[in-house]
Amino acid sequence: MADSPPLVAPRSPSDIFWSFAVLALQGFGGVAAVAQREIVERRRWMSREEFLEEWAVAQVLPGPNIVNLSIMIGQRHFGVRGAVAALGGMLLLPLAVVLAMTLLYATVQDHPVARGALRGMGAVAAGLILGTALKMIVALQGNVMGRAACAIVALAGFLGFTVLGLPLIVVLGVVGAVAMAWAYRALGASPPPAQGATAPQVPGKPSP
Amino acid sequence: MTGIDWASFFGHFLGWSIMSVGGAMSTAPAMYRYLVDQQHWLTAAQFTHGVAIAQAAPGPNILFVAVLGWSAGMNAGGYAQAALGLVVATVGIMLPSSLLTYVSASWVQRHRGLRAVRAFKQAMAPLVVALLFSIGLMLAKGESWPAPAWALWALTAGAAILVWRTRLHLLWLLGIGALLGASGLV
Repeated sequence: MADSPPLVAPRSPSDIFWSFAVLALQGFGGVAAVAQREIVERRRWMSREEFLEEWAVAQVLPGPNIVNLSIMIGQRHFGVRGAVAALGGMLLLPLAVVLAMTLLYATVQDHPVARGALRGMGAVAAGLILGTALKMIVALQGNVMGRAACAIVALAGFLGFTVLGLPLIVVLGVVGAVAMAWAYRALGASPPPAQGATAPQVPGKPSP
Repeated sequence: MTGIDWASFFGHFLGWSIMSVGGAMSTAPAMYRYLVDQQHWLTAAQFTHGVAIAQAAPGPNILFVAVLGWSAGMNAGGYAQAALGLVVATVGIMLPSSLLTYVSASWVQRHRGLRAVRAFKQAMAPLVVALLFSIGLMLAKGESWPAPAWALWALTAGAAILVWRTRLHLLWLLGIGALLGASGLV
C-alpha cells in the first residue's frame, strides 16, 4: 500500500496498559474492529500485515483472541511487565463497566427503548467486523501463497465454518494444515528474505 | 457454596480456559451444562442474561464469565460471595490461556525467522479474514427482530462500508445504531 506511515513502538508498560484500556472500552460487541483501528491505524504499533499474522497466532491459542493479541504485544516490547500491563488494561476497566451494567440490568431489561438501542448497536457491531474483514483483504496482497491460493483458502475456511458449521478447531486443523504445506513450499521457492522480514519490523524494538 | 464447591468451580474454569480455542464463547455450552443443569448454581435466565450483558458492554466478550461468577456467588449468599465468585471465575478462565499465550509468544518471537513459523503465519492470514467474515455474518443474523429484517441488514451493511472506506470513529457508528434502534426504526 502507498500509505504506510512509519511504525512506532509503545513507550512503556503504562502506555500499553492505558492504550489497551482505551481500546477495550470502545469495543462494543467484540473488540476486533476497534483493535485494528487503534493498533494499526491510530497508534501504528503494527502494519496491517503484521496485525493479521499476529492475530493468526492469537487465534489458534486458547483464550480470547484479542486478549491473547494484547499479551503478545506486551510480551514483545516489555516482557512479563508488558504482558501483565496489557492483560490488566484489557480487563480491569471493562470489568468494572460490566459489573455496573449487571447491577443496572434488572431495572432496564424490559424497557423497549433500551432493548431497541441494544438491537441497533448489535447490527452495527456486526457491520464493524465485516468492514474490518473487507479492510484486511488488502493485507493479503503480499502473501507468499499468491492471490488465487489465498482466495481458495479463505473460501474453504468460510464454507467449512459458516456453511457446513464445522467446529473452529477442525477448520483450522484441516484447511490450515493444507495452506501451511502450500506456504511452506512457496517460501522455499521464493528467494530467502532477511530474518523475520515477512513484515516490516518495528524500528528500535527492545527485546528483553 | 462450600470450600470444596469453590475449588471445583475454580478447577472447572481452569479447564475451560485451556479448551477455549476460538474464544471462551466456544466453551459456553459446557459451562451451561455444569453451572445450570448439574450444580444449579445459576438459573438459565441468569446465564443467558450474563452473556447478553457482556456482549452489550464494552470490552472483550470473555467478561461474561465474570458476570456468571458474580451471579453464582450472589445466589450462594450476598455481595462478599459474589465478589469471590467474580474473582475466582475471571482468574480461572484467564490464567491458563494467558500463560500459554505468553510462552508461545516468546517462542514465536524468538523463532520468527524459521520457515515453518513464517509458513504458519502466511497460511493462517487468509483464514483469519474468512473467520472475521463468518463471525460478522453470525452476529448480523443473531436475533429475530420486530422491525423488518432488511432494515437491520441495511444498517449492518452501511456500518461495514463506513468502517471499510472511512476513518469515522467507531463510537459514532455505534451511537447511530443505538439511536436508530431506540427510535424503533430498525
